[in-house]
Amino acid sequence: MSETTYPDPAAARQAVPPARAEGMRLPLHWLGVAPFFIFALMFLILPTFYLVVGAFQNDQGEFTLANMAALFQPSILAAYWISIRISLASAVLGALAGLAIAVAIVRGGLPKWVRSTTMTFSGVASNFAGVPLAFAFLATLGRLGLVTVLLRTWFDINIYALGFNILSFAGLTLTYLFFQIPLMVVIITPAIDGLKKEWGEAAATLGATQFQYWRMVVIPVLWPSFLGTVILLFANAFGAIATAYALTGSSLNIVPILLYAQIRGDVLHNPHLGYALAFGMIFVTGLANIFYIWFRVRSERWLK
Amino acid sequence: MKAGRFWAWLTFALGAAYFFIPLIATLEFSLRMRRGEYSFDAYRVVLGDVRFQETFLYSTVIACLTIVIGVLLVVPTAYWIRLRMPWIRPVVEFITLLPLIIPAIVIVFGYIRMYGSNSPLPFLATTRGTDFLLMIGYATLALPYMYRAVDTGLRTIDVRTLTEAAQVHGAGWTTIIARIILPNVLIAVLSGAFLTFAIVIGEFTMASLLNRPAFGPYLQNIGANRAYEPAALAVIAFAITWGCMSVIQVLSRFAPKSANNPN
Repeated sequence: MSETTYPDPAAARQAVPPARAEGMRLPLHWLGVAPFFIFALMFLILPTFYLVVGAFQNDQGEFTLANMAALFQPSILAAYWISIRISLASAVLGALAGLAIAVAIVRGGLPKWVRSTTMTFSGVASNFAGVPLAFAFLATLGRLGLVTVLLRTWFDINIYALGFNILSFAGLTLTYLFFQIPLMVVIITPAIDGLKKEWGEAAATLGATQFQYWRMVVIPVLWPSFLGTVILLFANAFGAIATAYALTGSSLNIVPILLYAQIRGDVLHNPHLGYALAFGMIFVTGLANIFYIWFRVRSERWLK
Repeated sequence: MKAGRFWAWLTFALGAAYFFIPLIATLEFSLRMRRGEYSFDAYRVVLGDVRFQETFLYSTVIACLTIVIGVLLVVPTAYWIRLRMPWIRPVVEFITLLPLIIPAIVIVFGYIRMYGSNSPLPFLATTRGTDFLLMIGYATLALPYMYRAVDTGLRTIDVRTLTEAAQVHGAGWTTIIARIILPNVLIAVLSGAFLTFAIVIGEFTMASLLNRPAFGPYLQNIGANRAYEPAALAVIAFAITWGCMSVIQVLSRFAPKSANNPN
């Protein structure tokens, strides 16, 4: 494998793969990436494939669509529906709030420390998920949480009497926003930085108002990355289980919690229905990510 | 522009309120264990709990080994792709993004079915094997971040020239990767490592479904059974995440900014 030739530096700068440039020889260079592909195959692709195949088989190993059909029973449909609603609500609200914060720190004329502090904090908060996040929101908006208690003692407002519950659609969405908003800030800030100053100047030269500049330049340019990030946030919330599980136990029937219960104790009394449940999750997040990649490709055209 | 600045401040203030109120509430709640006065009792109870120490130690060890697996897997691959097989990069990048598409619970479900005690590769038949599978699972979760970090690091060095210089001096591939490439992308690798640590240390789903005594399931268990300790644990977990992110931020200041190699 040793190479004793000295290609001239100019040639080295070109991105020509040497294996190709040197013509035919044993494909030994594949050995270099073999561990990675074996790892990906064994621990990422095949296990997923196993479940996908299982979703279309019955106990005898014959092909069937019965498991898919069984997904459409009311209790499972309800689980998917509430999962999708929570993920969508937290993704859209998180994206809008994150965008507002990102615009404020990049374009709002705020002091420099505001931006750097926000970015650092967003990095932390977007990774602060799982079980501890549930604890934080129980301490805030649980029945004995600080905000609940203060609202009751200061303003005589009992949010639980008004129908709020942390173990609900609204409560879970509010909790998920704690990592959704910062993730949006982290992803969208570079895109807002990518808005060139010249575009604003060009628009102003042509007599555009601030409103027209936003409507006809900023929004069309940011739209694909905005939509793309919404989809990423959606997938992010859709697969999350730890926060919901620690917050609600199994009282809120979202898909990951249902799947968790199924893996632990076959609550659906049909292992292949469990595979179908997993396939349904991959299907939803996969579909979302296909859109994401599509929007990403479109948005990168503008951010060169 | 004055009105614009007002709205910017208002947005920032609202955001800050949303993020700081839960943190303050958690901190306050964690200090309330002793009736009528603030105290650190909840922290004393938590830190003195043998199960806290055991699970935290277990998760720390697993996290460190996960980082080792991640580095061994990602650094040679990313290096080799940059050096020899740039045309395959889109495929590898797509694979590294798969863990963002396939939820962790689905991946671990696949492991449980594929590597059970009756399968050809019975990882789950032994405790060590299960630990190994847990580390592998965590390595896949961290893969998107690790690969991105290392690949960005490699972009700032001239991989080809460094490799040729080392080969002229008679270095083999192991030497090149361990003593030339790794030190040059060390900062990127460390960033990836701390992010991995932050993700892995309190992970719940995989550890719980593989029945390992990790920190995440312990957290969940305490949350279901205690009142004030969970708040103290949340504060500790937030501090750990903050610590990891701060280290990454400090490291990024030392990272080389200019690329002497245009690709």
